[in-house]
Amino acid sequence: MAVETPHEKKSVPDGLWIKCEGCQEIIYNKDLESNFMVCPKCNHYFRLNTGQRIKLLLNPGSFKEIDAQVQPKDPLNFKDTTSYTNRTRKHQKKTGFYDAVVTGYGKIGRNNVVIAVMNFNYMGGSMGSVVGEKITRAIENAVKKKYPMIIVSSSGGARMQEGIFSLMQMAKTSAAIALLDKEKIPYISILLDPTTGGVSASFAMLGDINIAEPAALIGFAGPRVIEQTIKQTLPPHFQKSEFLLEHGMIDMIVERKDLKDVLDRTLGLLKKGK
Amino acid sequence: MSNGIKGFDFESPVIELEEKIKELKNLGESENIDFSNEIKKLQQKCSKLKKDIFSNLTPFQKVYMARHPNRPNSTEYINMIFGDFIEMHGDRNYSDDKSIVGGIADFDDDSIMVIGHQKGRTTEENLMRNFGMARPEGYRKALRLMRLAEKYNLPVITLIDTPGAYPGIGAEERGQAEAIATNLKAMAGLSVPLVSVVIGEGGSGGALGIGVGNRVLMLENSIYSVISPEGCASILWRDASKAPEAALALKLTASDLYKFKIIDEVILEPLGGVHRDVEFVAKRLARSLKKQLDELKQMTAEELIQDRYQKFRQMGRFIDGSLQKSKKK
Ligand SMILES: [Zn+2]
Repeated sequence: MAVETPHEKKSVPDGLWIKCEGCQEIIYNKDLESNFMVCPKCNHYFRLNTGQRIKLLLNPGSFKEIDAQVQPKDPLNFKDTTSYTNRTRKHQKKTGFYDAVVTGYGKIGRNNVVIAVMNFNYMGGSMGSVVGEKITRAIENAVKKKYPMIIVSSSGGARMQEGIFSLMQMAKTSAAIALLDKEKIPYISILLDPTTGGVSASFAMLGDINIAEPAALIGFAGPRVIEQTIKQTLPPHFQKSEFLLEHGMIDMIVERKDLKDVLDRTLGLLKKGK
Repeated sequence: MSNGIKGFDFESPVIELEEKIKELKNLGESENIDFSNEIKKLQQKCSKLKKDIFSNLTPFQKVYMARHPNRPNSTEYINMIFGDFIEMHGDRNYSDDKSIVGGIADFDDDSIMVIGHQKGRTTEENLMRNFGMARPEGYRKALRLMRLAEKYNLPVITLIDTPGAYPGIGAEERGQAEAIATNLKAMAGLSVPLVSVVIGEGGSGGALGIGVGNRVLMLENSIYSVISPEGCASILWRDASKAPEAALALKLTASDLYKFKIIDEVILEPLGGVHRDVEFVAKRLARSLKKQLDELKQMTAEELIQDRYQKFRQMGRFIDGSLQKSKKK
């Protein structure tokens, strides 16, 4: 899965101490890591990188990546202040991945699963052709193997630089999710901060069970767009996990330390339905 | 369809000349003078002008055409193409979203379900229609009507014309993202033929939310895009005035999308846009719809679902490094 840099860059810079964005306190890095990258003082959630997320959710050593060689193209020859190719190269170097999702097989407790983990650090986790294709292939693999599908979303939405191709990934991935329904295969969607736009309006909101981490921003339109449109300031907690739970859009908010356990138990119970 | 609404800058030379011709005609009639030579000359000049201006529209001018205040909206097409339209209302859950219309109608002696985004023609009507920007209940109404179509085995025709799904507090509270996502999944599994037509603005997820058709058609001067050129410019260029550049970069015109094989057919418009000859376009659209539906009606429910899956499955451009290595000769 590495492109040019052999090791994934850490989402938190190296060093013994780190300043928390939540409470501005200086925290000992080891304390943060042993607490699942959640601030021990204020409960602020630091973003996990892909490797950390996989380690959090899957049995140690069980992850087998698939479709690691799927890479972005520049179908529109897109150029704004810089070219799309420059942007993808820059993010490939920065993250160590070809694009914004990693997919593969793994185990959660005694459950075999297919899992997709989106990477917000890569162009805001935006969905272009690679993300859409890898997620669709992952779902098709889940159907073939009859393994439950887990998608961990974190994305600002569709990737503008791929224009209409990125929009159509919403239809493509959602159509694949329909296959899981038809074959009665569980699909659990995990929504992280943030999940908006074309990703929330496709596979991320379609889980049989939708689970969010605390205080994650989840919505269709971004808060700035809404504020500009309605010319009002938004209420506190608007579009946060707690707001979505209250409005019936997600099943539960689960703390990071409990995520794997909740997945394990849920998958176990769903299995017995057969 | 000239109701006094002024055209956009690039159209105004044509509109001015047309008005001059009209005035001259009126003058000739009332004063009983023969201006036919002058009129003929002006008409020739006018058609040359039209050709010069309209046959090479920039993408951003096409964006304007797609949003043109005189461009026909969904109910206008419905009334021109279909007979006996019986409109239905409401999502049976929250309210009736007037930015999406739908109902059953007759199409060449067959019944169909037609659903479309609805823009208004006057400011008042636009406020009532929310400028064609649907809320979750609009998408849920559309879904309810599609399910009804399944029950009665009616083909579904959707007309796309929206700046996008509405970004508001209530829309978020009631699950805009969930409503669109659910529609995408539901359309993928629909057991009846589904043909979508972009008649004006195809604005992002809000457009796609009724657009997962077995066939997708576009009128020549309509647009279909992941984001508005203005939105794209303000994010990527950090300058909304760069919208013309963004419109070009996004490749959002009907001919672009046809080349990309995202859409199946482009319905030609007269020079200068649909509003210059609405009947002409309505007839062409009706003919295309008939042809597409006749083909789709030959398929079983399972074939229709497979056809739709494969259509969208192929969309996307990427490099598969593993294939490259193994297939390279
Ligand atoms: Zn803190």
